[in-house]
Amino acid sequence: MEQLETFRTEVRQWLQDNCPESQRSPALPEEQYWGGRSGSFAGEDARLWFERMHARGWTAPEWPEAYGGGGLNPQQARVLKEEMKRINARTPLYSLGIWMLGPALLEYGNEEQKLRHLKAITGGEIRWCQGYSEPGSGSDLASLQTRAEDMGDHYLVNGSKIWTTNADKSDWIFCLVRTDPGAKKQEGISFLLIDMATEGVSVTPIELISGESEFCQTFFDNVRVPKENLVGELNKGWSIAKALLVHERKLMSEMGSESPRLQVPPTAAARDYLDFVDGKIADAQLRSDLVDYEMQMQAIGLTHFRCFEEKAAGVQSAAPLVMKYAGTEAEKIKSELLLAIMGTRGLGWEGESFSAAELDTLRLWAMSKAMTIAGGTSEVQLNVIAKNVLQLPQG
Amino acid sequence: MALVLNEEQRLLQDTAREFLQQRAPVEALRKLRDSRDATGYDPSLWREMCELGWASIILPEAYGGLEFGFAGLGLVVEESGRTLSASPLFATGVLGASAILLAGNETQKETLLPQLAVGELTLALALEEHHHHRPTHVETRLAAEADGYTLNGEKCFVLDGHSADQLLVVARSSGEPDSSNGLTLVLVPRDSAGVRCTRTVMADSRNAANLQFDQVRVPAEAVLGRVGEAGPLLEQVLDRGRIAMAAEMLGLAKESFARTVAYLKEREQFGALIGTFQALQHRAAQIQVELELCQSVVLQALSTVDEQPQQLPLMASLAKAKLNELAKRVTNEAVQMHGGIGVTDELEIGFFLKRARVAMQILGDTGYHKDRYARLCGY
Ligand SMILES: Cc1cc2nc3c(=O)[nH]c(=O)nc-3n(C[C@H](O)[C@H](O)[C@H](O)COP(=O)(O)OP(=O)(O)OC[C@H]3O[C@@H](n4cnc5c(N)ncnc54)[C@H](O)[C@@H]3O)c2cc1C
Repeated sequence: MEQLETFRTEVRQWLQDNCPESQRSPALPEEQYWGGRSGSFAGEDARLWFERMHARGWTAPEWPEAYGGGGLNPQQARVLKEEMKRINARTPLYSLGIWMLGPALLEYGNEEQKLRHLKAITGGEIRWCQGYSEPGSGSDLASLQTRAEDMGDHYLVNGSKIWTTNADKSDWIFCLVRTDPGAKKQEGISFLLIDMATEGVSVTPIELISGESEFCQTFFDNVRVPKENLVGELNKGWSIAKALLVHERKLMSEMGSESPRLQVPPTAAARDYLDFVDGKIADAQLRSDLVDYEMQMQAIGLTHFRCFEEKAAGVQSAAPLVMKYAGTEAEKIKSELLLAIMGTRGLGWEGESFSAAELDTLRLWAMSKAMTIAGGTSEVQLNVIAKNVLQLPQG
Repeated sequence: MALVLNEEQRLLQDTAREFLQQRAPVEALRKLRDSRDATGYDPSLWREMCELGWASIILPEAYGGLEFGFAGLGLVVEESGRTLSASPLFATGVLGASAILLAGNETQKETLLPQLAVGELTLALALEEHHHHRPTHVETRLAAEADGYTLNGEKCFVLDGHSADQLLVVARSSGEPDSSNGLTLVLVPRDSAGVRCTRTVMADSRNAANLQFDQVRVPAEAVLGRVGEAGPLLEQVLDRGRIAMAAEMLGLAKESFARTVAYLKEREQFGALIGTFQALQHRAAQIQVELELCQSVVLQALSTVDEQPQQLPLMASLAKAKLNELAKRVTNEAVQMHGGIGVTDELEIGFFLKRARVAMQILGDTGYHKDRYARLCGY
């Protein structure tokens, strides 16, 4: 405990000395640094901040130092996160590599793969995207059809992936591919890493309802993939896929606890956009909706904390399995609530009649609809709870 | 028999449906959006709609109208909700026509209504001054001069405010900023000196504007009804608007729901149509329940305008509150049940989602109308 407090003091001081003033506010999409071959910094401060954090291994605080991580234990990592949040320090490197692929490689990758890929991730050199879903395989992911044929010294990949977030800006893709078409659907899948610069890989961006274009369809046309890019055993990719989904869902469940981009929290919005009478919000409906949301968020926050403490104590519970559903559904409620609070000011699409924060609130509202679909839909989450937690009979 | 359509009404609805689906489908709105069309609707199409009589459905024959009643207008508006057609139908055909009809003197009606009926005059009601609907919160001032009036103030969220020929401005002649006494309705050509207009691009890709009035000269003949006494008439106009908007949302909800149900019958996962999953079946069935209830509410509200004006405020708030909730629920479910494709711009469901949110704010959100309903009922 005392050690942790010493660590906190040290971290606080270090952040104070090293986090540039301009990096102490929420980052707009164009201000986020995602690394990769074509990645660029929004400014000199962003570069400086990234380099300083990277030098300490704090782009991936909990990974071993040998792979460019910080070697922190979970308690220390939490302290770092809290201290960063205290001063609103930006995430120095946004990365699917850090959030999703890395943890899976640490568990299932061989030493060579770890050394090669993890360092390139923590250093922001390579940007990754996720090639799971296909046009015919979304909720039923295990039915995927993209094939990898064993050609002796390499795999030959054919097929297409869809809803691949940021595929057009990524360097590598981690893919689920079918390697045994004859086996039961979960047993013929392998986990393959593919360099998107390889001949035969192409991407087409797809526009979202938020007006942004962040996902793509990714095509594989006779793509030759070296055998060393197979992670884990052949036809055993499904376990890796599932382990990775756990990280993805945890990540998504936590997105609501921070106000992303310019969006203001509902309580602050209420102060700016609603009338108060005797210290109370005059609009009874909105007051009641707001308190429902705030109570739900407090309960979610406490449950996140419980999950963390249970994990540290080695205790198992059902809590982690409900968090993706709870978190993303709450995020949708928040976005609807913000629109209701802001009235017509929250409905602007573009133009100078609206503030940047108002416009961002609407775009994020549109994106919030996607969060209960991406990473496994809310319905799939409920099915998992019914099956794995409640152990209800399956039809 | 207010709750069952008669033969004539059915015919009107069928014609409207056919016309809108052919000439002004959601695809047309997408084109207007993507080309950043300055008018925001297709004026030649509006002429055609006027030829079909849509601008004059509620007008007496004496003024070139069809005299078909508000219920008839509601059916056309409902159809325009299915196709999300952008046109002056709401701002001119519902609000504008009602205001002149209810508040105008004989001369005003004789000159304005026939023009309106043939599409030569479009109108916009400049009411709101706040980001939440507050019909009596009016600070825009109308000051009497020796030879007429001057108008000063600002308005926001004026539907069709950037394109209408004339603005129906709600201004204050006397009284405190939130009083319903002292309001006056004046007609101001949009190109008058001192009128500044800024179009606002909204989520639904439809038309709204912020307006500023700076020492705008208003002749005495431009006042609709009596100076300082527009309050009660205005409420009637707004209630008609609320009911028409509820009808639009009914169409919007029906269409986005129909498309979703079709998708449940088409998309396969886990070797089965997703419509076989009871988790989705029950949610869809619950929406059907609400749709049936809302259908009755809208039909009754529409015929209330023609037949039981004393019930108008209550029915307007019932309809707007219920349909706000339905439109929100249906559009959210439509996106969710489509999965990944539901959040793409390519699928038209997103247009319904966005229009629903704007429609929910027009002339009162859910909370506003629940509160008003409760007050009208005395609790
Ligand atoms: C913003 C966004 C980003 C994404 N990024 C990526 C990415 O980077 N990489 C990637 O691989 N994928 C990505 N996805 C895809 C995502 O994982 C899928 O969209 C998701 O798994 C749902 O699949 P689907 O879209 O095919 O919907 P479907 O599976 O077709 O679902 C349609 C509807 O049916 C419901 N349904 C399906 N099965 C059942 C059932 N058994 N019981 C009850 N209801 C059911 C669903 O819940 C949904 O409501 C992304 C999606 C979004 C929205």
